Amino acid sequence: MNIRALPLYATIAIFLLAYLVCYLQFPAMLSTRVIGNLLTDNAYLGIVAVGMTVVIISGGIDLSVGSVIAFSGVFIAVLLRETGLHPLAVFALLLAITTLFGAAMGGMIHLLAMPPFIVTLAGMFLARGAGYMLTIDSVPIDHAFYETMQRAYYLMPGKGRLTLLGGTMVASVILGMILLHRTKFGTNVYALGGGEATARLMGVAVGRTTVLIYAFSGLMAGLAGIVFSVYTSAGYPLATVGVELNAIAAVVIGGTLLTGGSGYMFGTLIGVLTMGLIQTYIVFDGTLSSWWTKIVIGALLLMFILLQKGLLRLRLSH
Amino acid sequence: MTGATLLRRIAPQLLTLAAVIVLVSIYYPAFYQIVYVNDRLVGIPIDVIKRGAPVALLAIGMTLVIATRGIDLSVGAVMAICGASAAWSIDQGYGIGAALGLAGAAGLVCGLWNGVLVAFFGIQPIVATLILMVAGRGIAQLITGGTILTFDSDTFSFLGSGTLLGVPVPTVIWILTGIGFGLLVRRTALGLLVESIGVNLRASTLAGINSRVLLVAVYMGSGFCAALAGVIATADIRGADANNAGLWLELDAILAVVIGGNSLLGGRFSILASLLGAMIIQTINTGILLAGFPSEFNLVIKAVLVIVILVLQSPRIVPYLELLTTRRQRVKAPATKMEAGK
Repeated sequence: MNIRALPLYATIAIFLLAYLVCYLQFPAMLSTRVIGNLLTDNAYLGIVAVGMTVVIISGGIDLSVGSVIAFSGVFIAVLLRETGLHPLAVFALLLAITTLFGAAMGGMIHLLAMPPFIVTLAGMFLARGAGYMLTIDSVPIDHAFYETMQRAYYLMPGKGRLTLLGGTMVASVILGMILLHRTKFGTNVYALGGGEATARLMGVAVGRTTVLIYAFSGLMAGLAGIVFSVYTSAGYPLATVGVELNAIAAVVIGGTLLTGGSGYMFGTLIGVLTMGLIQTYIVFDGTLSSWWTKIVIGALLLMFILLQKGLLRLRLSH
Repeated sequence: MTGATLLRRIAPQLLTLAAVIVLVSIYYPAFYQIVYVNDRLVGIPIDVIKRGAPVALLAIGMTLVIATRGIDLSVGAVMAICGASAAWSIDQGYGIGAALGLAGAAGLVCGLWNGVLVAFFGIQPIVATLILMVAGRGIAQLITGGTILTFDSDTFSFLGSGTLLGVPVPTVIWILTGIGFGLLVRRTALGLLVESIGVNLRASTLAGINSRVLLVAVYMGSGFCAALAGVIATADIRGADANNAGLWLELDAILAVVIGGNSLLGGRFSILASLLGAMIIQTINTGILLAGFPSEFNLVIKAVLVIVILVLQSPRIVPYLELLTTRRQRVKAPATKMEAGK
């Protein structure tokens, strides 16, 4: 058995176990409706976590994504209000901006040899600030195309709705899996996470890969911003504060090592769904307070980190 | 450290602070005015050193943690926990002594938790402290019951808004804490040992340093500083807000340490420089408001200033700057630092 994949199996097992516990208490949890909602409600988080997975496997971190989502929402809302552009054109413009923004951060990280933590922290301030400069109010989006997007869904058996948003997330995860596990870029990402000096000696174009990694994360954050704006029909510069932390937590729960070099894209999807499941359970229960979500996620994080540590020891002793 | 070397160490921070102050006073000429009314000093500089208290306190503990090549992401959440504990015990009528004791103990326990995860379980500091960062606000909300816990205690709120000989109490607290920690690490060998752990943990352990205990102590110190900051923040608004107390201050504290010229890769550190870094951040925050920019511009201006400061301190740029400024032989730009600068 591949010992590297053990955290992934553990994640899947815990998710299934948690779902079983929920199902025993609330049989209604096992309906495609709940599953469809789980996908829709966590779509933006899942998409941004796809980008974060790539960044973390490369040994970096991207703290700017939450702010980029908020900026995206505001950018779309303001542009739709002020100009007659079609939403699709606005989306394309936005994705170009956030991708360039990510690439610029990647460039700074590489050229200035600065820790990703600090560079993306500055990026976090910058993106949030740019959102404020566009507007400080919550701007509603009122566009026929938005309603079409919100109504678009595929009816699963059992009357569950796989919405456009949920579908976008699933598609992003699949895209991420292909990118990470089936392309040369993905191999370079793993190599970089294993160690920059080693990667360079193996012939990885470290600079280009770093820029591409953060550009991809920016692209995903922009896409998550679009999904979030469709989900809420508004743009608000104070939205999605702290989403970067949720994304990081989802990636870690998904079995990816924060030290880089090891992890699976599929695990991140399970991590996102596990976090969504906890929230759904609290909603179903009705008596638990929302702060238990944070405490349970913290406990899950601890458990996975200790598990990974144990596995690492096991691997070293072999 | 003799006076001259100390001055050379903190010169970039002093220059940056001076530059920021000059920049602000161009837009707001009355910056320097300090008057003495109602037994307290009043003026913008006083306001800066008062409002900068939480970040300054956090930066003291963070400097030591970063010197060991670690990082403490949980300090903002620990502030919330400690503030909530203090407000809770005042609310229950246990008195100010118990409130302070409980807050301090909560901070130390949080630090112990982080330290044990890092030192004994060997978990990467950024991950170990992420756990408490995520769960900590939940715990704080558990203590306050999800509400903003307000209280009425003049002795306790004195810690946040009172003055001592005209100087705001929060300022007195951070300066005394800074001096206390400074003496502790520089008048004993502790500072040197902390630096050696940051440079090479394994070699230090082999050389006979009890690095595990020292690491735990450093994280406990950071927890204690967070407790002080939490008490001040709580006393200042006469209430414990589990959601917003210390929110994102961990980032400001890390920034203060980095602006203070301390390497995130551990090793040599200067608490004084970090404190100057904290004051630079606070001057920027206050200055942007004073300069009359719309508040929407705050974050962008801050981001740009931070980027400029960071670029000037980048390990790739500093060697060139030093070549320009001094003729002295400085072949010190460590190659290892550049290699590991990821």
